[in-house]
Amino acid sequence: MPATTADGAAPVLEVAGLAKRFGHVRALRGVDFSLRAGESLAVFGPNGAGKTTLLRVLAGLLKPDAGSVSFAGARLVRGDAAHRRRVGLISHHSLLYDGLTAAENLAFYARLYSLPDARAAVARALAGVGLESRAADLVGTFSRGMVQRLAIARALLHDPDVMLLDEPFSGLDQRAAATLRTLLTRLRSERRTMVLVTHNIDEGLELASHVAIQVAGRFVSLGARDGDLAAYRARYAEATSRDG
Amino acid sequence: MASPLAQAWAIAAKDLRLEFRSRTAFLSALVFTALVLAIFNFARDPTAVATIDLAPSILWITFSFAGVLALNRAFSLEKENRTIDGLLLSPASRTALFLGKTAANLVFVGAVEAIALPLFALFFNVPLLGVLPPLLLVIALATVGFVTVGTLMSSMAVNTRFGEMMLLVLVLPFLVTPVSAAASMSAKIFAARPFAEWAPWLKLLTAYDITFFVICTLVFETTVEE
Amino acid sequence: MTEVPAAERALRRSGVWMAVALLLVAGVYVRALAFTPEEATQGLAQKIFYIHAPSAWVAFLACGIVGVCSLLYLFLKDARLDLLAASSAEVGTVFLTTVLVTGPIWGKTIWGAWWTWDARLTLTLFLWFICLGYLVLRTAVDEPGRRARYSAVLGILGALLVPFIHISVLLFRTLHPKPVVLQTSRPQLPGSMLLTLLLSFTVFTVFFVALLVRRYAWARLRDARAQSAADSPDASR
Repeated sequence: MPATTADGAAPVLEVAGLAKRFGHVRALRGVDFSLRAGESLAVFGPNGAGKTTLLRVLAGLLKPDAGSVSFAGARLVRGDAAHRRRVGLISHHSLLYDGLTAAENLAFYARLYSLPDARAAVARALAGVGLESRAADLVGTFSRGMVQRLAIARALLHDPDVMLLDEPFSGLDQRAAATLRTLLTRLRSERRTMVLVTHNIDEGLELASHVAIQVAGRFVSLGARDGDLAAYRARYAEATSRDG
Repeated sequence: MASPLAQAWAIAAKDLRLEFRSRTAFLSALVFTALVLAIFNFARDPTAVATIDLAPSILWITFSFAGVLALNRAFSLEKENRTIDGLLLSPASRTALFLGKTAANLVFVGAVEAIALPLFALFFNVPLLGVLPPLLLVIALATVGFVTVGTLMSSMAVNTRFGEMMLLVLVLPFLVTPVSAAASMSAKIFAARPFAEWAPWLKLLTAYDITFFVICTLVFETTVEE
Repeated sequence: MTEVPAAERALRRSGVWMAVALLLVAGVYVRALAFTPEEATQGLAQKIFYIHAPSAWVAFLACGIVGVCSLLYLFLKDARLDLLAASSAEVGTVFLTTVLVTGPIWGKTIWGAWWTWDARLTLTLFLWFICLGYLVLRTAVDEPGRRARYSAVLGILGALLVPFIHISVLLFRTLHPKPVVLQTSRPQLPGSMLLTLLLSFTVFTVFFVALLVRRYAWARLRDARAQSAADSPDASR
């Protein structure tokens, strides 16, 4: 399948031949794509397609068995901490400590990322998601929507080049989902590169500049977004029934 | 880029802050320790064996079991909301993560021991004040020994079925050296024996601590990287 | 990954070796029981030594293999090393159990007590606990890659622990002398008994290798079958 190749601008994220197995299960069987700055890829696929595995490899949480991941030309090497600064992850788990306040959570991550002016960064991040008034409250008291917003603040704290989103809308009510959509649209306008993974085609399509359909560990479709929701739904249904 | 020690310190401080806020694990460990000490009183015949002869065994069985039970805390707290991913996503080195978790465990277990020791002296009429310096050295070395290995094992046990049981099964063989060394040295110390009599144990325990501290730090990365 | 037919062939081949090894073991015991003189003071019970000592040697060899494979696995990440280590741990546990059963039986007849915390038996006991812990750990982890990594870590730590336990036990015993005088030194053996002993060691080593190869072949076959089962429905998706 054709990958979006870079003409002129160097790709921020480049993935080639990614493969990963867990025991006898081949979760990824060769994934290729590349994204330039400001582009965002939405990956749709049924459960078990390997979408979360793909994201975790991009985040550096999993080591692939084959293939390579490169950020702005620098290839991701095992044990290399430098690339982790370039990546932010938002998943359906918040990665936040319920027993700490919002500010304490962000301050902790600021220390892990060795941010120079931690206090200012934390204040900025909280303001960016509209949670300044709740800075001193324990995260355990937050609603799901607020937790998700704080998770976005956490992911953006170190100003990553690439944002990875794993089913970010799951479990959110309409209001929270709308807030999330606004935040993500703002990220797009800030020219951040994003990879969004979801099984719900309605949620990611409008945020994406490129769309991929992943089934059984590989992309069965990949290209710039060129149609409306209905067209993609049809393509998605066809892809999943053909290989199912 | 921050040094691993600074990152380890941040992780340990975060753990201790969380622990201080909820206090559940700490209070449970304290109550458990006090109960074990009290039950020991009824598990012996005071007319048959002098307390001072049994005292080292009582002390070290209590410390090691309370210590091992406390070890699960370190990584099970990172399961909630998958915060372990947050730690692994960050540039913090895996070594820093291990050092931070071990340090937090050491403070936690040390705090339990600090309260249990006077209680032990009280329940069993053991005169500790005169022998406190060497005794504290022995306690420190033995605790470092089993907490280091226990922290590594708990990073694995937390991902297995029956995690707490699994931790005990994995860690107990590793307690042989720290517990036998600590109990033997404590017995000599309580009996005011000369240093030369317990020096061999001290050397063994120190060698054990250094060996396993290094090895555990080196292999820790394997237990968290996939 | 091995294909299933190749793995099945390997398993059949290993069966031949097993048969040969079992014959050798039977042969050595005929010699031990019928053609080797009885020891003067211990009588018939001493013949247990011809099982006890070789079992101990083989058990430690098995554990050494687990340690080495574990270390190599951490660097090479080859799943076959993990299967070999696991097979060796299982076979080793069987021989450790043999040592722990024959030891007290022998001890009861010559020392009058079933268990005396003898230095070598105590070390064997803890090695047995470590091996059991290793096998239990493997049953508690589902994902094969994680299971291999965890096993390798435990294998390395366990191997490093053995000398420390040995020294701890020795220190403990020298500073806590036992009331019963124990003969822990190897007895002087006359020629014929020494030959039987050496034959037992050799035969047991052959037996161990045959068992290990068979167990490993079976592990590879099971793995190959699981792999082809995982692959076939995916291929048609």
